[in-house]
Amino acid sequence: MSDRRDIELIAELVPEGSRVLDLGCGDGELLAHLRDARRCTGYGVEIADANVLACEKRGVNVIQLNLEEGLALFEDQSFDVVLQLDTLQHLRNTETMLRETARVGRTGIVSFPNFAHWPNRLHVAAGRMPVTRVLPYQWYDTPNIRVGTYADFEVLARKDGLRILDAFGIQQGRVVRRWPNLLASVAVFKFERSA
Amino acid sequence: MADIGDVAPQSMQFAAPLPLASGAQLRDYTLIYETYGTLAADRANAVLVCHALNASHHAAGTHAGEPRSEGWWDNLIGPGKPLDTDRFFVIAVNNPGSCFGSTGPMHPNPDPAAHGRPYGADFPVVTVEDWVDAQARLVDALGIERLAAVIGGSLGGMQALSWSLRYPARIGHCIAIATAPNLSAQNIAFNEVARRAIITDPDFHGGHYYAHGVVPRRGLRVARMIGHITYLSDDAMEAKFGREMRAGSLGYTTQDIEFQIEAYLRHQGDKFSEYFDANTYLLITRALDYFDPARAHGGDLTSTFAAARCRFLLASFTTDWRFAPARSREIVKALVDNRLDVSYAEIDAPHGHDAFLLDDPRYHGVLRARFERIAREVGRA
Repeated sequence: MSDRRDIELIAELVPEGSRVLDLGCGDGELLAHLRDARRCTGYGVEIADANVLACEKRGVNVIQLNLEEGLALFEDQSFDVVLQLDTLQHLRNTETMLRETARVGRTGIVSFPNFAHWPNRLHVAAGRMPVTRVLPYQWYDTPNIRVGTYADFEVLARKDGLRILDAFGIQQGRVVRRWPNLLASVAVFKFERSA
Repeated sequence: MADIGDVAPQSMQFAAPLPLASGAQLRDYTLIYETYGTLAADRANAVLVCHALNASHHAAGTHAGEPRSEGWWDNLIGPGKPLDTDRFFVIAVNNPGSCFGSTGPMHPNPDPAAHGRPYGADFPVVTVEDWVDAQARLVDALGIERLAAVIGGSLGGMQALSWSLRYPARIGHCIAIATAPNLSAQNIAFNEVARRAIITDPDFHGGHYYAHGVVPRRGLRVARMIGHITYLSDDAMEAKFGREMRAGSLGYTTQDIEFQIEAYLRHQGDKFSEYFDANTYLLITRALDYFDPARAHGGDLTSTFAAARCRFLLASFTTDWRFAPARSREIVKALVDNRLDVSYAEIDAPHGHDAFLLDDPRYHGVLRARFERIAREVGRA
């Protein structure tokens, strides 16, 4: 997700001037982009020391927290947008975090590697776990402890009472709206809590 | 990175009485301070450093002719250091009530009834807010309207927080490290044990021991020993001392030193009792106990920080059990609730509370990045 073009595609989902919380904000590149290009304000949350330092160097607000400990620091609906990009698949409490995202933000945006992208399917059909550009790890050393698909997320969103506002895939810097579960390596969902 | 070299303390007298939170006034007082670096022509590059319980205005550099006289934050402040004196004008001031030169219990009480005797126990109880007001007057006298930043650790961090609330328009950044929004019952309990050790020392004489030509050294030693335990983490103490014994075999004695940790604590207590004033220890621990800016807001830290306007940087250390990370997170939450700019680093350092005085590269890296940003803001990049 660090690809510049991917960041811009996702930034376009964030309204100008939004109050933003970026969970697992990495080195703060997206937050800096949202601040500079879309007048957004807010905070990033990160656990890694190097990323906290990188955010501080960019002048991006960053709060060092372990997301597995939840979002008790943040009040209900206190952000216009809560972003969780390329983060969900690293968390043990995926569903809890998704609910927390919807609690804290008026809208949520998540992205994650789409396990059902066709090359992955071929790998699995051939009897092996996929190792690709988006999923570059071996099964035994991957930080992606939750592997899900575009279609799986639609099911989970329904179960957790999330209304999907927009959804698409990204493949090599391009938006994929036709058969994203098959044709995109990255899944993107924008959602809100159903009333 | 270079060192500052020799520095000389300066003093400033204040004729106007300082109104204190207690309702009392501090009359005819003097503040001792040091400065490092050069104040820019536009006076925008000043950074105030606030000291904690045991420290003073001597934050950086050395005192001429005194070996090993580096200031208590010399690893942070200096040319090319994170708080870079090539860019910033750094002010470190000794708080009133201290025993390092600013008006305190060892100084003559101006009350005519005292006949020129030292204040002793009659020195008025001072609070963090009183100190911040005194610091603001010094900053005024130096011709500085707005501080680029106020920084402090522990009790110094409380002063930095208090600046953000009392003088919101006068500071650009508040940097509060290893601190808390108030003391817990356990924190107060440790302070009270320390105070009882001093007050029950037969040499204390109700705080007027100067007249008796004695110092309640036993009490001060025990107070320091207790304090020191709370500055270190369990792990750090285990790594440094473990169960190491002074002699190779058990001496079967209850009163002599057997374990190295005992020798260490006694040594720390002895050293401390040579230079620290007992009345000051009582005053400063009480200022710690009293600090609770949310008290005036029904305990609501969020509404407390509604007054703040500056940007914040908070840092805590995972092994600090005196002011644990959870206490810093309370402050972060209040700042986030108020939509204030805040960054928070939770440093996984093994040293406990004392880590704020050490130079862990992650900790100093974040401080350096923040000061570089502040330097850009005030045109000193």
